[in-house]
Amino acid sequence: MGSDVFQPGIVAGRLDPESYADHFSDLHPRLDPHEALVAADRCYFCHDAPCITACPTDIDIPLFIRQIATGTPDAAAKTILSQNIMGGMCARVCPTETLCEEVCVREVAEGKPVLIGQLQRYATDHLQEQGIHPFSRAAVTGKTVAVVGAGPAGLSCAHRLAMLGHDVVVMDAAAKPGGLNEFGIATYKTTDGFAQSEVEWLLKIGGITMQYGVALGDGVTLAQLRKDYDAVFLGMGLGGVNALDATGADKDGVRDAVDFIAELRQASDVASVPIGRDVVVIGGGMTAVDAAVQAKLLGALNVTLVYRRGRDRMNASVFEQDLAASKGVRIVTHAVPVEVHGNGAVREIEFEYVDDNMKGTGQVLRISADQVFMAIGQRLVDGDLPELAVNKIKVTGAGRTSVDGVWAGGDCASGGDDLTVTAVAEGRDAAMDIHAQLTGG
Amino acid sequence: MADLTTNFIGITSPNPFWLASAPPTDKEYNVRRAFEAGWGGVVWKTLGAEGPPVVNVNGPRYGAIYGADRRLLGLNNIELITDRDLYTNLEEIKRVKADYPDRAIIASIMVPCEEGAWKAILPLVEDTGADGIELNFGCPHGMSERGMGAAVGQVPEYIEMVTRWCKQYYSKPVIVKLTPNITDIRKPAAAAKRGGADAVSLINTINSITSVDLDTMSPEPSIDGKGSHGGYCGPAVKPIAMSMVSEIARDPETQGMPISGIGGVTTWRDAAEFMTLGCGNVQVCTAAMTYGFKIVQEMISGLSDWMDSKGHTSIQDFCGAAVPNVTDWQYLNLNYVAKAKINQDLCISCGRCFAACEDTSHQAIAMSEDRTFTVIDDECVACNLCVNVCPVEACITMEAMTPGTTDPRTGRVVEPDYANWTTHPNNPAASAAE
Repeated sequence: MGSDVFQPGIVAGRLDPESYADHFSDLHPRLDPHEALVAADRCYFCHDAPCITACPTDIDIPLFIRQIATGTPDAAAKTILSQNIMGGMCARVCPTETLCEEVCVREVAEGKPVLIGQLQRYATDHLQEQGIHPFSRAAVTGKTVAVVGAGPAGLSCAHRLAMLGHDVVVMDAAAKPGGLNEFGIATYKTTDGFAQSEVEWLLKIGGITMQYGVALGDGVTLAQLRKDYDAVFLGMGLGGVNALDATGADKDGVRDAVDFIAELRQASDVASVPIGRDVVVIGGGMTAVDAAVQAKLLGALNVTLVYRRGRDRMNASVFEQDLAASKGVRIVTHAVPVEVHGNGAVREIEFEYVDDNMKGTGQVLRISADQVFMAIGQRLVDGDLPELAVNKIKVTGAGRTSVDGVWAGGDCASGGDDLTVTAVAEGRDAAMDIHAQLTGG
Repeated sequence: MADLTTNFIGITSPNPFWLASAPPTDKEYNVRRAFEAGWGGVVWKTLGAEGPPVVNVNGPRYGAIYGADRRLLGLNNIELITDRDLYTNLEEIKRVKADYPDRAIIASIMVPCEEGAWKAILPLVEDTGADGIELNFGCPHGMSERGMGAAVGQVPEYIEMVTRWCKQYYSKPVIVKLTPNITDIRKPAAAAKRGGADAVSLINTINSITSVDLDTMSPEPSIDGKGSHGGYCGPAVKPIAMSMVSEIARDPETQGMPISGIGGVTTWRDAAEFMTLGCGNVQVCTAAMTYGFKIVQEMISGLSDWMDSKGHTSIQDFCGAAVPNVTDWQYLNLNYVAKAKINQDLCISCGRCFAACEDTSHQAIAMSEDRTFTVIDDECVACNLCVNVCPVEACITMEAMTPGTTDPRTGRVVEPDYANWTTHPNNPAASAAE
């Protein structure tokens, strides 16, 4: 432990280089071939397996695990990727403990599920690192589709459409593709530039043109896209963040968790990212945990995650909560922020304890803080959009919006969990619906 | 603790676990280690005739079949008999026997099928003080091409003839080791008995090719791109060995003949099973080759504990106890009716029973929306496949129907009396029940 860990304020380089390298290495290192065989042998090859049902993309998990077990990991990868073109990223970031692995019969029987996520990564890495793209395009249809947003939903939709023979133009507001895969996921979950290499691999299908620095209302309009293309898919995610409703929320040192996570992901050297000594994260979802854990990993001395409800209501999975606890993050529940104290910059943040019905108790808690991350939800940036439902684009069926010829999926669309895997599924299913409509006459 | 002392055809050993004639018993060093580890006896690796010894291949001698986590389930072997000088082996046998008088040492022998060859080697073996000999009529590879090993074991007349020579020129017990590469194991066993053998031991290894290298197109184990069938052994062969043992134990011509059981004995339980089928002791090889000699400690403690739990004080108490229950299919009770029953508390809803029954059997398991699996008694023939594929022990059981109740599959009342195929009306050759 270097002396820099005690230094107050928001400073970079709190740790020695080895600690940074260790802290930001792969959360789950890839299984080696023998580990993969042993893990694969545990799969019972269930009939109509519960894991398939639990997977938002319906990957045939028993089949791909059997393909690994029989020494054909590339065939396993194709089984995965034919359902989920971002199977590599999902293997890294899916909360498998609440999806496939939660319902694995060996979890039910023994409390030890088959390591589905890690096996999926073993297979997809095996294929993708050889540079093999196992899919090819159908005959070109002459139809063109605009996809807004180069995140999981948009790229999944684009890939499927391209595979079916359509030409696709993908537009994104950022300077590079990936969406939340690139900007929004904890660094230790996707190391070695995987998000970019996955996109490069995905684009090998051909027929997809990328445009960066373009967004609805900034370079293009929905009306223009509808005019220029045969169909439009909206998968731009949630670009806005909810503001903190507390006095003094504008003080220095208070920022959005998503910005912090993105800065860390984009940093060429994580040691260059400054972090407070006493960090408070407000929120209870994956973003809150990602921010809190990474603040700790950057060398923050005290990191407190404060959530307004009980642990059971947190959107972060139990695995994520345990991960945070294991890294030394203190989790405080049933507390809402009231006021940010400090002269210009935050020094302390005051909370009031609330009951299960969010009713104030009058009891207060003050936590020292030189940095506060807000992770209290993202929201859709409105304007020039089809009809909304509960602040998201209203969709029916396979992502159909209120506007003819316009589909939507991923976080910006109504329904579904805000998970990478859900976005991939929605993008894929919308693509199939678009294809049916474009080719059906 | 139960007394595991075994007297097998007059040869005593502190326990019934012997090492089979095989690579682990090829020389003094290994055998001393085996005795120090606790093995009750060894059958010394097969001795050949005086003169230049055989030569082995200089490449892989073994091929393997694996289960989960590279657990060795089956091994195949193309090693020949000892490739060391006869006198070296004899001197070592003599030394080891002198140092371990309480352990059994059996000399395995394989010489050409000529009276002179046997007459020459037997006095030399007798002089070592070994407790007996085992005639290797089973080795299926290499030696059989030279008219020895399995080539003798496949001709009952040769077995009888050679056994007779051995009883004539050797004073101690003679065990005849049988090859399973034959259609009816009772024939060579009967021949051995006619020749005067004190016991038979079985099975020797089974002709096998463990795998083919799909790049080189060579069978494994591969010697410079070619492979030859080797002898298969290990846990995978246990069922074949036990069936052959039971045939000899219950055949009128050979029943009562002492048997040394060999074939996939890996744990104390395997050994106990062989003994209930009529074996006076067991011989082990692959398990020792897989895990080392220490496994005998588990075999000793396991067999002893089991005997204590059953009130057995000696091996004789249960030797052959299962033989009366080995019968022919035609004598099985056709009035016995069972139904599968799934214990819902134990069921983990994997659905393997459903897939097996629905796809490959009798469509006798129902699957509900919430993945509850239940047996349809109207369809269940009690085939046991669901029990076999279920990954949870004792989750699915076969429950016998009470006589007097009606089998919903056949609509017939379950009869209390035993009745078999010999009297069944569907049997054209049925005779009236007496």
